[in-house]
Amino acid sequence: MKHLEEYRRALADPLAYARNLKQETGKAVIGYTCSYAPEEVIMAAGAHPLRLFGTKKQIHLSDSHLQSYCCSVVRGILEEGLSRRADVLDGVIFPHTCDSMQRLSDMWRMNIPFGFHLDVTLPVKLDTESAKEYMIDVLKKFRDDISRKLNVEISDDALQKAVSTTNAIRQSIRTIYDLRSQYPHLLPGDDLYNIVRASMIMDRDQLAGMLAETVAELRELAIGAGPATEKRVLLAGGMCNQPDVYALIERAGGEIVWDDFCTGARYFDGQIDAGTDPMTGIAERLLKRVVCPAKHIDLDGRARHILQLAKDKKAAGVIFLLLKFCDPHAFDYPYLKEYLDEAGIPLMLVEIDDTLPAGGQMQTRFEAFLEMLEKEKP
Amino acid sequence: MTDIKQENENIPVNYEKLMREIMTIYYIDAKTARQNNKKVAWITSGGPVEPLIAMDIIPVYPENYGAMIGASKMGVDLCKKAEEMGYSSDLCSYARGDISCATVNGGPIGGLPKPDMLVCCNNICGTVLKWYEIQARYFKVPLFIFDTPIVHTEFTPEMKNYVQRQMIEYVQFLENATGRKMDWDRMKDVGKLSVEGQQLWQEVLDTTISRPSPMTAFDAFFFLALIVTLRGTSQTIDFYRGLRDEMRRRVSVGQGAIPHERYRLLWDNLPIWYRLKWLSKEFAKHDACLVADTYTSAWCGSLKYVDENDFIGSAAESYTRIYLNIGVDKMAEIVLSMIDKYGADGIVLHSNRSCKPYSFGQYDIQKIVERERGIPSLIIEADMCDERSFSEAQTQTRIDAFMEMIRTAKGGS
Repeated sequence: MKHLEEYRRALADPLAYARNLKQETGKAVIGYTCSYAPEEVIMAAGAHPLRLFGTKKQIHLSDSHLQSYCCSVVRGILEEGLSRRADVLDGVIFPHTCDSMQRLSDMWRMNIPFGFHLDVTLPVKLDTESAKEYMIDVLKKFRDDISRKLNVEISDDALQKAVSTTNAIRQSIRTIYDLRSQYPHLLPGDDLYNIVRASMIMDRDQLAGMLAETVAELRELAIGAGPATEKRVLLAGGMCNQPDVYALIERAGGEIVWDDFCTGARYFDGQIDAGTDPMTGIAERLLKRVVCPAKHIDLDGRARHILQLAKDKKAAGVIFLLLKFCDPHAFDYPYLKEYLDEAGIPLMLVEIDDTLPAGGQMQTRFEAFLEMLEKEKP
Repeated sequence: MTDIKQENENIPVNYEKLMREIMTIYYIDAKTARQNNKKVAWITSGGPVEPLIAMDIIPVYPENYGAMIGASKMGVDLCKKAEEMGYSSDLCSYARGDISCATVNGGPIGGLPKPDMLVCCNNICGTVLKWYEIQARYFKVPLFIFDTPIVHTEFTPEMKNYVQRQMIEYVQFLENATGRKMDWDRMKDVGKLSVEGQQLWQEVLDTTISRPSPMTAFDAFFFLALIVTLRGTSQTIDFYRGLRDEMRRRVSVGQGAIPHERYRLLWDNLPIWYRLKWLSKEFAKHDACLVADTYTSAWCGSLKYVDENDFIGSAAESYTRIYLNIGVDKMAEIVLSMIDKYGADGIVLHSNRSCKPYSFGQYDIQKIVERERGIPSLIIEADMCDERSFSEAQTQTRIDAFMEMIRTAKGGS
């Protein structure tokens, strides 16, 4: 398949990709830290949105700002700023999510000399009328703020165009997930990982075209493809910075048929109604999409969502990747387990720091878990 | 925390005893609420309690209870129990203690009275959101989330509008939960009492400006309970007025909280509840008095935003702009102003594994303090309730070294 290598390359060094893109197109590069960032507004400002995942390399500068009990994502993002490895960024925006990200925003503003800094103080509660209005207000304020920072007008037309691009991207990735869920052999898991993450890194206009081609190729391949015999697994948790997990699970005899990551399926969940006022449309998608546990829609929507996913995707089990020191997900885990237990769906918890446990240990654990899963009955 | 006080036989009122009595009666009332046809609301420590008081709903504070769990050294057992329930040992020890305690018959005072409703204000952290979701599922009672956006740099009109609207929604939530209407005249009175209580609490804390200081931060940690739990009642006002007068009396006779006050320190973050006595002794050994802290002052820190004649109208701002719900640089500014106000010779920062929004940023604050005021600082790595994260030997060594630096800096012997 022709674009897989490009996705892979973009992901291998997102900052180098951004540097190149900036050189070629002159686009300002705007970093963001969370899937609630309104990418469309950045795009409509003629800038390039780049999600920051944090580095795992050479973490030493952030140790003088963050205690040992801070997650590796926050630590890694700060490191990229302090080391100036991320100095391609013309600005960084910080949507409000968890306590650690909240303090990362402060530290970035106080310590990073390059680029501008913007907070997007989104509501935490998403289920009331006043929260909805506040969400729209905050997004409008962000539109004003970033147009001032970049010194450009952001027209409704540009917003509409950005919305149709991101809608197309989301639709394509969803289709890729769907096809792969049906025929897991079509695409190795780590390529799926690369695609969804590359979509937060690569130029969105270019990406929309590439993804459409990838979809077409996969559709072609799907004709005549046989059903998979591996055990079907759903991944859940926060964000996954571990591409190796996919290969390990596949080697252990499993197929990852869907996920609930903010760097995965939660990123492309929901479409923006381009017919309405674009800012309201963007807000409505953020209010309705599958929720991050740092936000609140209801008391058990997330568990119901994961259960439904497991049923729809015929997953025999769920593997929950818990990033060490990620409080919102750690608080959710026991009740998710309770719901899954009740439904008879096995759940495996894997706590991940910045790196996976060494050697074959992880693979052995995955094998043991997959062993006990029932195969889907054809 | 009484051990290190100077002998004084002439104190007419024992305020520690009085406060214990008030808190005991309060907890008896809360635990017998059902018999008296009263409703109980669990509320976060930074939440707007005044509407509850005005509607005769008894507020109960799981965080205050968390402190009791810590101080009575039950933290480790209850945290372990939560870990058995699947909660990571990296989560807040207040939350772990309360979540597991709700499922057992035990804990201090035999457990908290069950809630009829939950009120969660996230001005202190995002942890309370998850914690209260868990309790709402467990107790199957309605949950109101009072969402106060963090004021990194500015309190925007959008924020103000959002929080103000929630104040109205909050009252409606309480009206639905109780089947009664809010008495707005009463609310006005409670608002005034709340402001007065906060002013008096500030005055109590300000008595420590005097040298020697009549009380320590360890005393403040103890006396804090009323301004947290019974803010908006006349009882709180009477108590703090008496306490303030007593502290002023001690000032007038030159009675210090520790025998020989030579050095004055500022404390940052929550107390280490299971080592209060030990820590106060360790510092007193070095003639150091912890004269102020960023924690207990948080309950009167946003007074400047309150309009006592329009409590509900101004509550949006005062409840949103509390100490923890602001940027790290703003917190550093407050720390600097406290250093100046209380004449601190050094700062002790408790790096608290349980509280990420309070602790992340401390290293930056430490650097700012050292740069702007040139006074020594000490970081104590610990946890407010979970003793497993505390090393007495290591802490002692670090306190000794820190006090040596202070002595050198002050040119003492």
